[in-house]
Amino acid sequence: MTITEKILARHANRDHVSPGDLIEVNVDMALANDITAPLAIKVFEEIGARRVFDHHKIALIPDHFVPNKDIESAEQAKAMREFSTQHQIEHYYEVGRSGIEHVLLPEKGLVIPGDLVIGADSHTCTYGALGAFSSGVGSTDLGVIMATGKTWLKVPPTIRLEYEGSLLPWVGGKDLILFTLGTLGVDGANYRSLEFSGPVIGRLSMDQRFTMANMAVEAGAKNGIIAPDETTMAYVAQRSSRSPFVCTSDPGADYERVIKIQVDKIEPQVAFPHSPANVRALSQVGNITVDEVFIGSCTNGRLEDLRQAATVLRSRKVAKGTRLIVIPGSQLIYSQAIKEGIVQTLMDAGAVIGPPSCGPCLGGHLGVLAGGERAVSTSNRNFLGRMGHPKSEVYLANPAIAAASAVLGRIAGPEEL
Amino acid sequence: MKLQGKVWKFGDSVDTDLIIPARFLNVSDKDELAKSCFVDLRSDFISTINPGDIIVAGENFGCGSSREHAPLAIKSAGIGGIIAESFARIFYRNAFNIGLPILESKEASAGIEEGNRVSLNLATGEIVNLDTGEQFFAKPVPDFMREIVEAGGLVAYVKKKGLTEKAI
Repeated sequence: MTITEKILARHANRDHVSPGDLIEVNVDMALANDITAPLAIKVFEEIGARRVFDHHKIALIPDHFVPNKDIESAEQAKAMREFSTQHQIEHYYEVGRSGIEHVLLPEKGLVIPGDLVIGADSHTCTYGALGAFSSGVGSTDLGVIMATGKTWLKVPPTIRLEYEGSLLPWVGGKDLILFTLGTLGVDGANYRSLEFSGPVIGRLSMDQRFTMANMAVEAGAKNGIIAPDETTMAYVAQRSSRSPFVCTSDPGADYERVIKIQVDKIEPQVAFPHSPANVRALSQVGNITVDEVFIGSCTNGRLEDLRQAATVLRSRKVAKGTRLIVIPGSQLIYSQAIKEGIVQTLMDAGAVIGPPSCGPCLGGHLGVLAGGERAVSTSNRNFLGRMGHPKSEVYLANPAIAAASAVLGRIAGPEEL
Repeated sequence: MKLQGKVWKFGDSVDTDLIIPARFLNVSDKDELAKSCFVDLRSDFISTINPGDIIVAGENFGCGSSREHAPLAIKSAGIGGIIAESFARIFYRNAFNIGLPILESKEASAGIEEGNRVSLNLATGEIVNLDTGEQFFAKPVPDFMREIVEAGGLVAYVKKKGLTEKAI
């Protein structure tokens, strides 16, 4: 069996599962945010549920429209807060102690290898970086899970991606996943599991791995997963006292496809509007001026991302006519970035630092684009209108490219500085 | 369940940000959500459709965000059902959960144009282009899933079947 099949079998109390099997699984952690929780709570109440299945195994994280941007979003956050109080939800984190859900849960040790996590957010697949099975659903499914602790799933076939070779400077997890999306297309992994493997993955830090697993859904995948290794275990040991279920794919595991990716010549990648799979190598980008640069999100709002941005921006200034918005992924990351001097470096360069949240990634607040404006973003989606006006454009890239683009006012890499 | 309506045609990979942009997700009320359905793509969508109209689209319909607000907005706007070459995973599950009839057929997606009148039969998967007489068959859906849609969604289905006591 593959690692995904092993985790699913364990949570279905079965010895074996195969792709296509419909199984009922126990959920270790159910997750929702301030946009999806209100609908899930409504479902929970409509089906007549009175108690949550386990108040230690539900995480309700206000992150999309907080600190609240208007009365309506405040009402939604309030509904989630009141539900959390009423049902004594252990993992509800208020603004000031919180962060982006997919940054916060790993950071707090709430997901460990072998877990099964279901979240009412498509980027729930991020936790695959920890060797967990995690997948996004809608609010109705989550409302029922909050009541029962169970859901049904179809066991997905797995596409195994093997990355080999050595990475070029300024190339990391973001570039590998963008390159992979360019290869697979936006539905190339629809209903499938994506297993990231090979020596290159083994050398990536956890922050880089989170970036890769996070964007598995941009190829339509049900989950993305990386087998736990020493890097994973060191990360988890500092954060959780639970015993992980550590497993890897069997040598003879059945894969739908195995794709080998030689990374030696992969340059930093940029996804052009309006699809994350519409990628070009940095050298093929041409002269594209930018009005806004956003560094943050559940894809690239972690400490290593901010460090990389600071390395590029040290003693440099954001170009006139360009604005740089940096949003640390969690309160802890923000605090560490202050201690390390990263925040000062970014501010000296002319960046504005926003409160930990999803920010402008989904066009909600804190950096929405006007008509005709262009942004480089370290986030995961550049759909039409994603960050604001339908006539705005979003280009996706890694934090170093984003930082260099802010300095030059056009899409560029640090090597041009 | 049989449906009949006028067709609105969409392309490939219509994402949920296009169906309802995130800036309108500060509410949960389905009628409020309906007002913003496809607002960035076709600003007059809501004012021009009639109840029961059908969306016909290409592949990967509903990709991107997991927002259940997307199928809810489409359903509340009055759309009777969607035929697509294929659906993205989360949207597919959400559509059944909220009781929005959807069918997958590559041939129907290719053989139906905007403005055509079509009929669909959920039980048999039969789709007919009433303007050309052309007939298509969608990928069959198991009875229990059809029953979820016919009940109006998972919540209504669970209540109807009296499953609540057992499940909780």
